[in-house]
Amino acid sequence: MRVTFTVNGRRQEADDVWEGESLLYVLRERLGLPGSKNACEQGECGSCTVRLDGDLVCSCLVAAGQAEGRDVRTVEGLAAEDGTLSPVQRAFVDAGAVQCGFCTPGLLVAADDLLARNPSPSDGDIREALSGNLCRCTGYEKILDAVRLAAARTAGTVDA
Amino acid sequence: MTPPRPGAGAARDRTEPGTGSTGLTPAGLTQGAGATKGGIGESTLRPDGVLKVTGEFAYASDLWHEDMLWGYTLRSPVAHARIVSVDTSQALATPGVYAVLTYDDLPAEAKHYGLEIRDTPVLAHGKVRHHGEPVALVAADHPETARRAAAKIQVEYEELPVITDEASATGPGAALVHEHRTDHYAGHVPHPNVLHRQPVIRGDADAAAARADAIVTGEYVFGMQDQAFLGPESGLAVPAEDGGVDLYVATQWLHSDLRQIAPVLGLPEDKVRMTLSGVGGAFGGREDLSMQIHGCLLALRTGKPVKIVYNRFESFFGHVHRHPARLWYEHGATKDGKLTHVRARIVLDGGAYASSSPAVVGNAASLGVGPYVVHDVDVEALALYTNNPPCGAMRGFGAVQACFAYEAQMDRLAAELGLDPVEFRQRNAMEQGSVMPTGQVVDAPAPVAELLRRVKARPLPPERQWETSEGPDVRALPGGLSNTTHGEGVVRGVGYAVGIKNVGFSEGFDDYSTARVRMEVIGGEPVVTVHTAMAEVGQGGVTVHAQIARTELGVTAVTIQPADTRVGSAGSTSASRQTYLTGGAVKQACEAVRERVLALGRRRFGSHHPAWATAELVLEDGKVVTDGGEALAALADVLGDEAVDVELEFRHRPTEPFDLRTGQGNGHVQYSFAAHRAVVEVDTELGLVKVIELACAQDVGKALNPLSVQGQIQGGTTQGLGIAVMEEIVVDPLTAKVRNPSFTDYLIPTILDTPTIPVDILELADHHAPYGLRGAGEAPTLSATPAVLAAIRQATGRALNRVPVRPEHLTGP
Amino acid sequence: MDFLRPASWPEALAAKAEHPAAVPIAGGTDVMVEINFDHRRPEHLLDLGRITELREWDGDGDTVRLGAAVPYTRIVEELAGDLPGLALAGRTVASPQIRNRGGVGGNLGTASPAGDAHPALLAGGAEVEAVSVRGTRLIPIDAFYTGVKRNALAPDELIRAVRLKKATGPQQFAKVGTRNAMVIAVCAFGIALHPDVRGVRTGIGSAAPTPIRATAAEEFLAAELADGGHWDRRGPLPPALLRHFAGLVAGAANPVDDVRGTAAYRRHALGVLARRTLTWTWEQYRGEERTPTCA
Ligand SMILES: Cc1cc2nc3c(=O)[nH]c(=O)nc-3n(C[C@H](O)[C@H](O)[C@H](O)COP(=O)(O)OP(=O)(O)OC[C@H]3O[C@@H](n4cnc5c(N)ncnc54)[C@H](O)[C@@H]3O)c2cc1C
Ligand code: FES
Ligand code: FES
Repeated sequence: MRVTFTVNGRRQEADDVWEGESLLYVLRERLGLPGSKNACEQGECGSCTVRLDGDLVCSCLVAAGQAEGRDVRTVEGLAAEDGTLSPVQRAFVDAGAVQCGFCTPGLLVAADDLLARNPSPSDGDIREALSGNLCRCTGYEKILDAVRLAAARTAGTVDA
Repeated sequence: MTPPRPGAGAARDRTEPGTGSTGLTPAGLTQGAGATKGGIGESTLRPDGVLKVTGEFAYASDLWHEDMLWGYTLRSPVAHARIVSVDTSQALATPGVYAVLTYDDLPAEAKHYGLEIRDTPVLAHGKVRHHGEPVALVAADHPETARRAAAKIQVEYEELPVITDEASATGPGAALVHEHRTDHYAGHVPHPNVLHRQPVIRGDADAAAARADAIVTGEYVFGMQDQAFLGPESGLAVPAEDGGVDLYVATQWLHSDLRQIAPVLGLPEDKVRMTLSGVGGAFGGREDLSMQIHGCLLALRTGKPVKIVYNRFESFFGHVHRHPARLWYEHGATKDGKLTHVRARIVLDGGAYASSSPAVVGNAASLGVGPYVVHDVDVEALALYTNNPPCGAMRGFGAVQACFAYEAQMDRLAAELGLDPVEFRQRNAMEQGSVMPTGQVVDAPAPVAELLRRVKARPLPPERQWETSEGPDVRALPGGLSNTTHGEGVVRGVGYAVGIKNVGFSEGFDDYSTARVRMEVIGGEPVVTVHTAMAEVGQGGVTVHAQIARTELGVTAVTIQPADTRVGSAGSTSASRQTYLTGGAVKQACEAVRERVLALGRRRFGSHHPAWATAELVLEDGKVVTDGGEALAALADVLGDEAVDVELEFRHRPTEPFDLRTGQGNGHVQYSFAAHRAVVEVDTELGLVKVIELACAQDVGKALNPLSVQGQIQGGTTQGLGIAVMEEIVVDPLTAKVRNPSFTDYLIPTILDTPTIPVDILELADHHAPYGLRGAGEAPTLSATPAVLAAIRQATGRALNRVPVRPEHLTGP
Repeated sequence: MDFLRPASWPEALAAKAEHPAAVPIAGGTDVMVEINFDHRRPEHLLDLGRITELREWDGDGDTVRLGAAVPYTRIVEELAGDLPGLALAGRTVASPQIRNRGGVGGNLGTASPAGDAHPALLAGGAEVEAVSVRGTRLIPIDAFYTGVKRNALAPDELIRAVRLKKATGPQQFAKVGTRNAMVIAVCAFGIALHPDVRGVRTGIGSAAPTPIRATAAEEFLAAELADGGHWDRRGPLPPALLRHFAGLVAGAANPVDDVRGTAAYRRHALGVLARRTLTWTWEQYRGEERTPTCA
């Protein structure tokens, strides 16, 4: 089947999509957007997290056909057109929240979504919001640091 | 339902091989021009950080090639069986299928591989020895085509009884997992189902036991842990015109892979060109081969690029796990709290194939007493061949299992003697100059007592942090979001542990790494290029290499070349060894480059200034500078259009094998120590645990990059926490089948399970090592587990001789 | 495989009538896992994503009619007042990402004994609105679960909504898992006090082949509350009563040993959850009298 939807503001079309394919597969293998990751394909790790019509979802559990006509935002769409990193992206690099980085794209999309909804989250809020994103490398401490840093920089309470 | 051919007409932004970061060959990582100095000791940022946060960093599973096929592996549904027949005809007839391979299609004489013992069949032949063993391969135009075709391969199995534990492996009449062993361990083992056995005997444990005022014995069980790296096993094999193959893969050790791959393909090593693609974590699980040979076989057979990506289910069968173990210990001490002796027997389950079991046995035996001074020791460690999943390397291997048991023993013995557990440990702590049970003298700092003092001195986190003005915050309580308690039944406990891990490859292994460093002038500026085959798996080696180059060569712009087999071996990214070994190689290569640059300078400018001949010269901020700080020449001028290029090998000091009967020998290169204090809150009625804080103190000799070191310690600590309270591959004892190969039932800690992890880093230099550094990656994984267990024991008053501890162990009779 | 994309509810019903074996897909959080892991290869996938009314709920009168595909996130955010038990259960489901997609219709469709909505639906006395081209029927929740992962839907039926009385008293939900988030229930328990009818209902998850009620425990408690005049007196409940209730709940379960936990532990834990959640609901009930609604 053919599937057409918007990714990061651009209309995209994929042909000959097998009906059992996930949105994740289409993004990665058909649209050349492998930023969203495929760590489990069972909804448990969050590495494939994208926004679907604004909602945070695991793209591995969205059937490709369900994305028809919708608006998808991936990690590739977080930075500005000129390449300037978004606050969460910058903060993840600066805080040492990236090791192997396989969890990072999903965490960034989730953290970005959290800060959009709640600009000054408590640690409990951060932990609850990121509880669907597994990271095996960092022990999460630097990820918490990064989200706190991004929030503080956005609020202007620390230097960018 | 025929899946279509992929990709036709679809939008493609993907770059072709070699032209960019999402191409097959990663571009070099350049960093530094105009930035701060960025030498060692600073928390410089990862050179690949920006690529990783933008999604551009190309992991092995992201690779794509025009016209590529998808490979798929058919695996055994049973653990032990004779293969009666294999019929691939229907699979081959499936439209879209390009190749179906079985053992009979293997092209070369060599049909097995293995890290040390080549006992692992590339594809099963005659017999399968564990659940999930690869039996056949399919290449097709779409993953679904490949899966459907694989389902049509008819394999007839005749099931055999399974060997699952010591009793079934070595009892009378036990069947043999491997019938005709010829490996070099076969001669000394007590039974052919014992892969390797290593005693460590020192002094006279029997006589010492007679002097003990208190003796405790215990039996401990350590469950099978999975590395659970997030990036699934994947790679892309591209057939080349010269009959060879280019393999892009996520691995821990390119050259070790190469040595195992080439013979099975029937190719010389120079026709198998390997490039590291992005690695999504490793933790030991990528030390063995996964899809490498399979991908190459399919590519060579079909003449097309073949990509293989395991899904999470397959990943649980696609790599070795941490050895489960049964450990029996006896510890004795005098009234004044001095250990008299330790006796131990450690039985590790190696599963169906050898992998790195011998080294795991060596570690468990030689480090089995822990970081304590004990004169009279009788330890035996062995690994079994069984039909359970193969086990091999995982962070801290061998030492992790032992630490869980000996630290439990230390607590029990302290209690028996009425001593504070930390005080008791400190009285027996080893220090520089202490002698290991192997007879090896610890000739570098061993601040065991100090590490314990530090974690103990830290203020305890406040009680009842879950109480808020709006009622209990379940996120801070055991059970978390599941809303199981609002404070009922919750009891706090505090526990301590300390561990010892060897750094680098031991027991006489020729452990080395190769680095190539080049300095040249580009655009008027001196630029350094570092090329190694080190697998960057997330640990931050690439960051540190650039720092070393800056420190040694005084140049800010450093490019890290992609790791590949065009440069010599870097050894494995394991055993906490890469900063020591490849960092050491980069340092030494930089030193050699510096000497050549200075020689060039002397030739060109020596006559301009006497200091060229007389002073100690260093390279700083792009200049040649005297030790007095006077600049003699710009590097750009010294070099002109010449490039200085050095490739060399770096070795740590040699080690010796352990004596097979006594375990004596200078087997290890360096020791690494960490201590933890765990603070837990346990819902004692439901048996649910919330770890509140897991403080760590560790000596790293020299923190080349403090931010990365903290990250290693926090990550390692969390893996130790995981095995303490939740992680376990459950293998059915009757069928030897894995019961939970998924992230739904193999649980790893989420951010709500992970406590704050304050880290206290000591830097006591080991003068044998580059910059005095000490390998840091593994030690924190050792002590985290027993510290959490000690804290849970304190909260519940239960003995808890098994990890992971489950709610049913904390409740009920 | 065919992907059917009905644009309206009647179209969806027609498609299901034409292809009774078609697998409906709402949030996909169960269906896609099965497809990704090769456990299921239906001839037809029936996407319910374009049917807006499935994503809506209305709460006119004393009942909430909850569209089958209203995601858990919205249940938690919008219905914590009217359906507190279901909202509490919803918060324990998986992760934010899953809660943004998954809903009660899918949980009922799967009918796993471990589904977290079930104890709350049982305790709340829900009705499932099953619709086909033949018409609509309301299936009482007690009759909905017919076996392990089996339910009372006819092959041509789809779930349009569930209907639940708005809470008239406190409700609670608790589940045991071996992780502090993102965990499938080892066992779960839901309880709802219905002071209007002086009744109590319960639901047990993951401790029997299907979600079940602890009927004997409910009857015991209702009788004790009535006989002891507790509804009016609003005093603390005697420990012996709590203990007996907990024992009856544990006794109602029919659990098995599996990788997630042992039968004995499940029984034990259910007793603890029953005692605690009854305490919490009762304390809330008592508090409601003393501090009249602040709204
Ligand atoms: C990582 C992960 C964690 C999870 N954790 C939990 C958890 O903690 N607790 C829990 O309860 N569940 C959990 N689940 C399971 C799942 O999220 C829930 O069962 C969810 O409610 C399913 O809703 P859905 O809309 O996504 O269902 P879908 O996957 O779309 O459908 C599920 C089933 O219901 C059928 N169906 C869907 N809608 C209808 C309809 N309107 N009429 C008839 N049949 C229909 C489908 O055909 C299918 O059989 C988890 C799933 C994942 C992937
Ligand atoms: S890949 Fe989608 S949640 Fe793991
Ligand atoms: S950085 Fe490796 S999984 Fe998070």
